[in-house]
Amino acid sequence: MNTQKPLAIQARNLTKSYGDKAVLDGIDIAVPEGTIFSLLGPNGAGKTTTVNILTTLIPASGGDAFVGGNHVADNADEVRRAIGVTGQFAAVDTLLTGRENLHLMGRLHHLGKAETKRRTEDLLERFDLLDAAKNAPTTYSGGMKRRLDIAMCLMGNPKVIFLDEPTTGLDPAGRRTVWSIIRELVKGGTTIFLTTQYLEEADELADRIAVLDGGKLVAEGTPAELKRMVPGGHINLRLHRADQVERTAQLLEASGFDADQLHVQVPSDGSVDSLRKILDTLDREGVEVAELTVHTPDLDDVFLSLTGHAAEVAA
Amino acid sequence: MSTLAATLTDTSTMFRRQLKHMQRYPSLTVMLIGMPVVFLLLFVFVFGGTLGDGLGGPTGGRDAYLAYVTPGILMMTIAGVVQGTAIGVAMDMTQGIIDRFRTMSIARVSVLTGHVLGSMVQSFLGIAVVLGVSIALGFRPDADALDWLGLVGVIALISFGLIWLTVALGITAKSVETASNSPMFLMILPFLGSAFVPTDSMPTALRYFADYQPFTPFIEVTRSLLAGTAVEGQDLALTIVWSLALALLGYVISRKRFNKR
Repeated sequence: MNTQKPLAIQARNLTKSYGDKAVLDGIDIAVPEGTIFSLLGPNGAGKTTTVNILTTLIPASGGDAFVGGNHVADNADEVRRAIGVTGQFAAVDTLLTGRENLHLMGRLHHLGKAETKRRTEDLLERFDLLDAAKNAPTTYSGGMKRRLDIAMCLMGNPKVIFLDEPTTGLDPAGRRTVWSIIRELVKGGTTIFLTTQYLEEADELADRIAVLDGGKLVAEGTPAELKRMVPGGHINLRLHRADQVERTAQLLEASGFDADQLHVQVPSDGSVDSLRKILDTLDREGVEVAELTVHTPDLDDVFLSLTGHAAEVAA
Repeated sequence: MSTLAATLTDTSTMFRRQLKHMQRYPSLTVMLIGMPVVFLLLFVFVFGGTLGDGLGGPTGGRDAYLAYVTPGILMMTIAGVVQGTAIGVAMDMTQGIIDRFRTMSIARVSVLTGHVLGSMVQSFLGIAVVLGVSIALGFRPDADALDWLGLVGVIALISFGLIWLTVALGITAKSVETASNSPMFLMILPFLGSAFVPTDSMPTALRYFADYQPFTPFIEVTRSLLAGTAVEGQDLALTIVWSLALALLGYVISRKRFNKR
């Protein structure tokens, strides 16, 4: 893990209980500045609770958390100064126009009239809301509301942004727009903490992913690392000649073959080494291959595997 | 920016937000002020003749009753306005925007004080409208300049107390519907006081309640000021004590619940 960049977000043994019920059971998080970190998990896993603790909305029951170097309980105000938060439901004032919503944020951040105006117009343009700015958010589509929500979040130029399921309820086009906005933000050095149920989203955006299930972190790593953690990756070969199928399967220690379909399935983690060994063998033995495809498990497999068999996987 | 300056700025921002809300959602204001006007017309024109004669004063009938009932209707106006306060606060609390405010470095109390100031404005607006209607119907207050000043002060004090109470009701309500219903009892209280009839016409048990519930001193003080007669010391004291007590109760509960989740 890259420890050269300072940590924008840090949590040590974070716990949260409501009565006897433990919602978070000892979470450790380390997010370097300028990266995207994704917390992945099903409903009820504790993702929103984690975000709420890190954004000072609720206190933790135990453990420590730091955002931008400030402790979330002891220096809550400093933390708030540096963060922007977007929750599951767009937090916009429905009785004000889009522009007025941004002006409100500007005033609450004590920006001054000129700076407020400048940032408002800049954000409206970047997020393609100039035409809708004079209307109230009640007339906006889900995607527009979400863009306004994120724009409001950015008025304070936060260094760390928390996005709690930001694309829930958006159509694929809306989702892609939000993704490109997020990628742009990171280019500018902002740190992003993203929670999502959508495996594709975590895969697309995150530098690192942590899988949360039942209040515990069951795995953590880059999207590629996570996929490799899980058995089930294989290489599919389609051969030209039926008579070569069984022998090839033996040579490559295949997990399955089908002489009629000319298929051979070889377990592999999808790494270059494994591929090279297989290709070398095929070459040496003169096996004629029509098609070769690599199947690494997608995050669906990761998820099922990790949360279905949590006890067997080392975090 | 110093903390005090920041708090004042934030309160001002939230106050302006409330004013904008009132502009954008005028039907609520119209409804809350319209109701007392309807009651005024109802009681003066439908009941006024008979009730006025029953007052037992030197003059009877509708005109006497108009003078008698106006203060009560004014208090009802405040009761109506504060219902809007509870609704407005509940709407904020149930919308995501409040969580956004909670994650920002702003003076937290400013969200609530913004509501309070907005409602104070609505209260004075409502009082002005209803008083205007009453005067249009023939009410002639006998107040001198000092009485009017006193009236402004009393209205401000009573509004302040009731507004903070309903801010607390709005925050603690689980939904906007609950918030709109819970302040209803404030509308009933003037009826169980000296708004529409003198309390000595009531059965004993009810009279005790009527004499000691806060609206009766509110109404008596307002009535005396408008009529230019001397204000009863006890009524004034009760008005001040009740107003401040309700304000304190409302403020304390609101602060606590606002920070909890």
